[in-house]
Amino acid sequence: MLDLSPDEWIAIRLSLRIAIVATLVALPFGIAMAWLLARKSFWGKTLLDGLVHLPLVLPPVVTGYLLLIWFGQRGPIGAFLADHLGIVFSFRWTGAALACGVMGFPLLVRPIRLAIEAIDARLEEAAATLGANRVWVFLTVTLPLAVPGLVAGIVLCFAKALGEFGATITFVANIPGETRTISSAIYTFTQVPGGDAAAGRLVLVAIAISLAALVAAEWLSRRAGMRFHGE
Amino acid sequence: MLALDVEKRLGDFFLSARFQTGSGVTAVFGPSGAGKTTLTNMISGLVTPDRGRIAIDETVLFESARRINLPPHRRRIGYIFQEGRLFPHLSVRHNLDYGRAMCGLPPDLAQMARIIGLLDIGNLIDRRPGKLSGGERQRVAIGRALLMRPRLLLLDEPLASLDLARKREILPYLERLRDEVGVPMVYVSHQAAELRRIATSVVRLAAGRVEAVGGTELLDAADADAVL
Repeated sequence: MLDLSPDEWIAIRLSLRIAIVATLVALPFGIAMAWLLARKSFWGKTLLDGLVHLPLVLPPVVTGYLLLIWFGQRGPIGAFLADHLGIVFSFRWTGAALACGVMGFPLLVRPIRLAIEAIDARLEEAAATLGANRVWVFLTVTLPLAVPGLVAGIVLCFAKALGEFGATITFVANIPGETRTISSAIYTFTQVPGGDAAAGRLVLVAIAISLAALVAAEWLSRRAGMRFHGE
Repeated sequence: MLALDVEKRLGDFFLSARFQTGSGVTAVFGPSGAGKTTLTNMISGLVTPDRGRIAIDETVLFESARRINLPPHRRRIGYIFQEGRLFPHLSVRHNLDYGRAMCGLPPDLAQMARIIGLLDIGNLIDRRPGKLSGGERQRVAIGRALLMRPRLLLLDEPLASLDLARKREILPYLERLRDEVGVPMVYVSHQAAELRRIATSVVRLAAGRVEAVGGTELLDAADADAVL
């Protein structure tokens, strides 16, 4: 078995916490954005679509730097949130979760959007004639039928959040116990003499977590798919 | 009953229709392209007329002059579509119960049992729509619409996607519906033969206009060849 040091365990736990929080917080926004892009047409839709996908194509350092400017202690959004809601991002694990959530967002939105687009809108019409208002149509028809896309989006976002490095280290640095995730820890270990073994162990852990997430996603979406055609 | 006076322009197509229905089954009869589906979509609220008025008894569903336009979910009109449109992720039981729950009606097991018996769908109740035949699917769709206790049942070519044997399977159920349930029905079709069996009155539609309103004799002018 792997003999992990306390520092390595801290990095693993922190990574999992950051990735889970980032994915869960991004999820409602991701679903709303996916629905908006799939079902509505409005002025500026192409621009919004581009903005959502921007973190995918921008250098992560740029995304991290923009987060630093806007969500840092003196940034307009960061200062507002710190003063009014007591949420502080800079050099905290919450900042790492924000960076990971932003980086994972396009990967979350895309599969959900495709799943919603593939749903026959006539089923939603049928639900409306049966007395369901928009919210109920969404909750009882659109969302359940989009479950395979939802699972795919969650897993991709989680995997991205788990491995995120560039934006995180730019925004919240590499502080042990606060923002030093598995990725940052591996990077740190490769910079010090004799860190190879520790880096190797964390690499194995990262592979194991990612594989487990993929297998779980495959199983979940196959089950969801079977529900529509089974019995 | 249903009183309707509407106008709608869709590109080059202009629909202008005015008629009233009584109890029983009102057939809206006409060739494809006459505007039948546009008409049913306006009654159900899925399409908004340019101007006019739609009312069922005292309830105004749409009136352009008073800016009334009830959304589909508040019209309580049971719409039976050509393709059934059952929810693939729900069992037959939950499909049947969907409208009842969404309309906020209390569960009514006696009514459920009655409709299930009327349509002979008791053996399908735990299946999913994906495993049903076309005829079974359409019977479940009829049950689903009935169980929301609609003001009006709207059937848009309900047999058009079925083969002759399946049509023969469904028609007796529609006749029982007319004779036993007592919900007024608007039955849209281009098939004179099936309407002859089910209709009590006829509205003949052609090129977006009401050509004639009357009894089933209006069906005789058109295809007398097909027999069901």
